[in-house]
Formats: sequence, C-alpha cells, structure tokens
Amino acid sequence: MSNDIKIRKGLDIKLKGEAEKLVSDAPRSKNFAIKPTDFHGVMPKMIIKEGESVKAGDIIFYSKYKEQVKFVSPVSGTLKEIKRGAKRRILEVVIEADTTDTYKEFGQKDVETMSGDEVKQHLLESGCWPFIKQRPYDIIADPEDAPKAIFISGMATAPLAADVEFALGKRKEDFQLGLNAISKLTSGKTHLSIDKRSASFFNEVKGVQIHKVSGPHPAGNVGVQIHHIDPVNAGERVWVINPEDVAIIGSLFRTGKFDATRVVAVAGTEAPKAQYFRFKIGSNVKDILGQLPANVRIISGDVLTGDKIANDGFVSYYSSTISLIPEGNEYRMLGWLPFKDNNIPSMSRTSLSWLFPNKKHKVDTNLNGEERALVVTGEMEKVLPMDVYPMQLLKECMAQNIEKMESLGIYEVAPEDFALIDYVNTSKLEAQVILREALDVMIKEVG
Amino acid sequence: MSALRNKLDQLKKPFNKGEKWEKFAPAFNAFDTFLYVPNHTTKKGAHIRDAVDLKRTMITVVIALLPALFYGIYNAGFQHYSQLGEAFTFWDAFAHGAWKILPMVAVSYIVGLGIEFVFAIYRGHEVNEGYLVTGLLIPMIMPVDIPLWMVAVSVAFAVLIGKEAFGGTGMNILNPALTARAFAFFAYPTFMSGNKVWVSDATHIDAISGETILGTLAAGKEVTYDAWTMFSGAIPGSIGETSTLWIVIGAAILILTGIGSWRIMAGGLIGGAFMGFLFNLWSANDLMAFPWYQQLLVGGFAFGLVFMATDPVSAAQTQKGKWIYGILIGIFCIMIRVFNPAYPEGVMLAILLMNVFAPTIDHYVIQSSVKRRKKRLSTATVKSA
Repeated sequence: MSNDIKIRKGLDIKLKGEAEKLVSDAPRSKNFAIKPTDFHGVMPKMIIKEGESVKAGDIIFYSKYKEQVKFVSPVSGTLKEIKRGAKRRILEVVIEADTTDTYKEFGQKDVETMSGDEVKQHLLESGCWPFIKQRPYDIIADPEDAPKAIFISGMATAPLAADVEFALGKRKEDFQLGLNAISKLTSGKTHLSIDKRSASFFNEVKGVQIHKVSGPHPAGNVGVQIHHIDPVNAGERVWVINPEDVAIIGSLFRTGKFDATRVVAVAGTEAPKAQYFRFKIGSNVKDILGQLPANVRIISGDVLTGDKIANDGFVSYYSSTISLIPEGNEYRMLGWLPFKDNNIPSMSRTSLSWLFPNKKHKVDTNLNGEERALVVTGEMEKVLPMDVYPMQLLKECMAQNIEKMESLGIYEVAPEDFALIDYVNTSKLEAQVILREALDVMIKEVG
Repeated sequence: MSALRNKLDQLKKPFNKGEKWEKFAPAFNAFDTFLYVPNHTTKKGAHIRDAVDLKRTMITVVIALLPALFYGIYNAGFQHYSQLGEAFTFWDAFAHGAWKILPMVAVSYIVGLGIEFVFAIYRGHEVNEGYLVTGLLIPMIMPVDIPLWMVAVSVAFAVLIGKEAFGGTGMNILNPALTARAFAFFAYPTFMSGNKVWVSDATHIDAISGETILGTLAAGKEVTYDAWTMFSGAIPGSIGETSTLWIVIGAAILILTGIGSWRIMAGGLIGGAFMGFLFNLWSANDLMAFPWYQQLLVGGFAFGLVFMATDPVSAAQTQKGKWIYGILIGIFCIMIRVFNPAYPEGVMLAILLMNVFAPTIDHYVIQSSVKRRKKRLSTATVKSA
C-alpha cells in the first residue's frame, strides 16, 4: 500500500502578503506572557506569585485537574502581573524579562537509553508536555493515556501559514532527536506527513513512517492526514505535535535547557515587513513588530484559525504564524450583487475571482453578509476531505445529540478542520465555535 | 462616507438596542442591508469570509429566472393576440403580458414579504432572503388568467403553512412555491386546468381558448405544435414554464455560478428521458407514444427541474442523494403524466413527492458513512482484543 495521501477536496485561498523567505532575529520583548486560554480546558493553578523571579523553564502554573501537566516560563525574569477576566479567570500571566535568559538545568539526556516513561516524565517536568495534543477533542494530551499512534504534519497549507520546512531551517539534528524521544511515547507508529514536493531533510528523517501529501488546504491539517492514514475510532487516542515543537523537545534533550525559540512567519498585507522572525514563545507583538496602525486585525495564527490579539497583545503558545490583515468594518453599497466587488474571492462563481485562479487577493475581516438560516447545501462537503458529512454533523452538534455526533464522526474532527467551512458557508455560520462547544460536551459526557 | 449612508445611520438610531423601536429592527435592517452590505466583521471563527451570502445566492436565482419571466410576459401577449387574429407588434404583446403578469408578481411579493416581515419581527431574527425567489416563482407557475386574490391566498397559504409553520427558512419540508401551486390546484381547480385558463383573457372572451400540450394529449387529441415551437416556448401554459430555451439559459446561469445543483438537473433529465423512452416502447396510448424528447420540452418539466427541484432546502442534501432525488423526480414526473391523465402536469406532484422523501434518501446515503465507521470500530476492537 502506498503511503502517499492525495487530497482532492479543499480550497487554497490565495492571499497577498506572503512572508518572504528571510529570517531575522526579532527584538527581544520586554514582557512575555503565557495565556492559559491557549490551552483549551486547562484550569491553571498558579505556583508563583507576582514579584517572584523565575528562570526559563521554571514552572509557573499547572493544570488543576491534571497536576502532572506543568507550564513553564519561556524566559527568565519577574512575574509582573496575573491578568484576570470575568469570574477571576486567568487570562495572561505576564513576565517581565531579564535582558538575557538564565535557564533551569534539566540535564542532558541520551534519548536512546531512555524508556518511554522516562521520556514522558522528562517532558512533563520540563514543561514541554503541553506541546503534545490529543485527538479526539483537540486538547493537551493526557499523560495517562496510551495513544495508538503519533502524528506530525510537516506541511502547512492554510493561507499565509508559515512554511514548516523553512521555519525549521537547519534544525535537522534537534528534529530527529525530538522524533526519537516522542516515538517512545507510543507502542504504535509515529507518522510524519510531508509535502510531496519537499526536498528538505524531512525526506531523510529516520524512525518514523513518512507520508507524502499533496492537494489543497486542508491537506496540511494533521486531522485530515490522520483520517486518511489511521482514523480515530471511539475510545481511541492519538497524539499530535507541531514540527517546530519537536525541534524544541530535541534541543531540550541535547542541551538540557528549555529553549522556546521559534521561527515565525509574519504575513499579510498589513505586515510592516512580511518575513520570518526568530523569537520566543509568548513574545509581545508590539515589541517585536513595533506599533501597528489602528484598524488592523492582528491574528496570532493563520487567518482561518488564529486568535485575534490586541495591538500590545502576546503571541499565542502554538502560533507559528502572525497574520495582519485590514479590518473590514466598512459598508459596501449593494455589495451583495453577484459580480460586484470582484476583488473579494468566492468559492462560488458569483465573484469573477474564479476566472483568475492564481491571482492573490487582499482580504479584510468583513463578514460579507449576515448570519442566516442554513439553506445552501453541498458547499461544506467541498472543503472537507473526509468521510464525514459536515452539515449533518454540525446540526447534531447544535442539538447536542451525543449518539448521532458519535456516529457521524465527531472523534475524527477538530475545529481547525472546519475552518474552511467557516470561510465558505453562505449562512455565515461559525462552524469552529459550534464544533468546539460540541467537543466540550463530548469530553464531559463521554470523556 | 456618503450622504445616503449618513442618512441611513441617522434613521437607524431609534431601531438600535434599547431604543423605542428596537423590536422592529429586522424590518429596518432588511432595507438597510439591501442598500449596503453591513460593516460587520468576524468575531469568532475564521477571520476572513467568502464573498457569497444568502442575498447574493438568492439574487442569482432571481437573475436566472428573468429570461423565462420576460419570455413568459411576451408569450402571454403573443398567445392572446394570435388567437384573436389581430395584428400586433412585439411591444404590444409584451405590454399586454406585463399588464397581466406584473400585478401578479407585485401581489406575490407584497403578501409574501409582508408575512415574512411580521414573522421576522415576531421571532426576532433577520428577514431571510429566500422569499425573493419564492415570490417570483409563484406567479411564474400560475396560469395567466388566475385572479389576483387567488394568488394572494395561495401565497399566504404557502408561506404560513408551507414554511413558517415548520420554523421558517431552512426548515420547510416542501418547496413553498409548489405548495402555493398545489394549494391553488386543489382549491380552485377550474382556474388551474382546462382549456380556458392558459391564454390571456380566455376566461371571458369566447374567441380565445387553448389547451396545454399535455392537456391535449390527455384528452386524446392531435398535437399541432412542432418540436421547435415546444422548445422555444410559443405554446400555452403556465407563465414561466413554456420556453425550454430560456429556462436552459437560466439553468446555465445557475450551474455556471455554482448556485444550482447540476446533479439534480442532470439526474432529472436522465430519469425523465429514460421513463419517456420506456413508454415510447410500450406506446399503448397517445401519451405513451409522445416522443421522449418532447416529453422533456413540454409542460413544467424543465422549469420544475431547474428552479424548483433544485431548491436546496427541500431537496436532498448529500451528493449521492441529489442524483437519486433528481432521477426519481424525472421518472415520477413522466409516470404521473402518463398514468394519471387527471393530472397532466406531473412535475409538481413528482417534486412534492420527492421533497417528502428527500430526508429519507439522505438518511440512507449518510448511513453508508456511518456503517463504514462502525465496521472500522469493530475491526479495531477485534485487533486490540
């Protein structure tokens, strides 16, 4: 059986403002923040107080319901502020950074001689565990589970998303080391999906099953790849991890330090410099990019799945892309007429954009309409390359019918897989939100 | 920003949250968003959105209907004057048709949208655009001589019982326009069939009469039209249905823009042609012997298939389901025409029937995916056991 995955359904949204293949070191942020809201379902339990100092790698908080899962500081500095929202929920833990980092020593390790449990323990202690997420439910993996396989997508297909291979650059050694460590966490296989056209070191990686993937977005989504390689059945768990974080784990074993440095793409038409920047997780967007003009949507992540952050907000934990696009808070006269405002692309052929499939578009955040009842059928299926009926599943999600959700395949999907459905659907339904809420119901009811 | 926009924002104030006319906001918004796509930005979910919305979708269907509507208006005058034997120009015919048909369209929109607005305000949601299409479809599938009050009653029945009773747009089981026609057909049969309703003024001028081709066949009489006339549409019939040519152009618009389902249309064509061909082989009576390709040209077959069967709400929703649904509509349409001469027009009943079965078709299509999932689960459990 061929290991290649050929995706046919989907949609590549071509946008202007792609990041130039050039890496610079971003100026070091004065403040860093870890946002508990990045870790879905985690209730943080703080262990340091405001004013206390931390080293890079020191634990800041742990998960109240899974005490082994700890979250560490990416830099050394002083805990400046714990920002809270409604019901005293912790939104941001802000650390004022020292000018240079001092690291907590975790000790260099030889992965080859370690057992799976030792690797797990090391990752938990060093705060690297939150990099590992699980499917179903798209939450941080439960260290007590035994996953049937581990999946890594070495390919990003979302619009303007960072090129994984470029961002990893020459970190072949760390990546391989990280893979060796992670693959000890499962008795099953570790799968690495790579772009079919890839010529990078991904082709030479050892100890994992390599799959060559081709096709439009969401071909790069790990959930889609899992569905085509070894789908998740009820009761099963698989773990997923981003390739950049595999390299961070690799460097942890090699150097004994938690070095949270990533190469992140800054993209979009409003980016002052659309290129790649090197900085640490939790950096402040104002410190690294400078003051951005008002009326720009700053998205930590890609334009389909990222989080909106404030002008002086912090980059989210898992983001490898920062997207900057104009806000679309303007009226368009008679803009609903077909073939009017053809600069706005459409999957339907009611915008002339379809005549120029390779043209790149400048898009804004306008909804281009209002929310309506579900009328149009067939469009959601066009962008979900899975044996799942998305509209029927979403309707059952809204009805919170657990049995039906199960039979329609809720264990196989994550909100990011439904991001294109957000984008294309005529009714302006928020599929990712509906799915996230339904997954939370499933966690509570089924576990 | 433009003066018009400023004026609208000013007018909008009393409708805003907490103001005195807040409840009537949906009514104001319907007009406001008609003039301007609102300045709403994405709050949750994907940050960028496709250009298409329900307004654009519905207006595309309305545009696709216009060729058939304009031809229908002309044909109403053409049938009228050619029967009277008077000399007439294109514009005479068009003016006569417009004088008869535009009031029907106006009545349909006023009554239908009126009810929609009331329900939107009552339920506190925005006015859905679906009625823009329904409101044009209803007059187009009526005989030209039907009194306006009957149009109004049929519209009210369709919107109230056919749609709002089920929960409004997106929830209805039956196509609302066909519900209106079916209501009129059974409530006022003398105005909906026979040889005195299809040509303008036939109800009160004795010199004018005209039977549809299917009616003629059902009565066992000779059909005097050739295939080209049937295709181009200079025949008696419901206002919008006669010209297959202009309906095909509408179908092209729907398929090219991706708004209408080509699967349903293709399925219906295959089903209809197949059934017509089978009857040709049998040829026990005039209706059976009627050439299969002419079956596809006459009556409401083309109009129903292109504009009513493809209504996404009442049609099957899965891809495979759409094929099955389309094919069955084609088969049942011809079958009803041939087997039940009391209903020479089979397409209305065929579509309504399949509307009812569409959820069942989808259920079985989806079950195949569900079964694959269950099978996978059971083999996985066997392996791990």
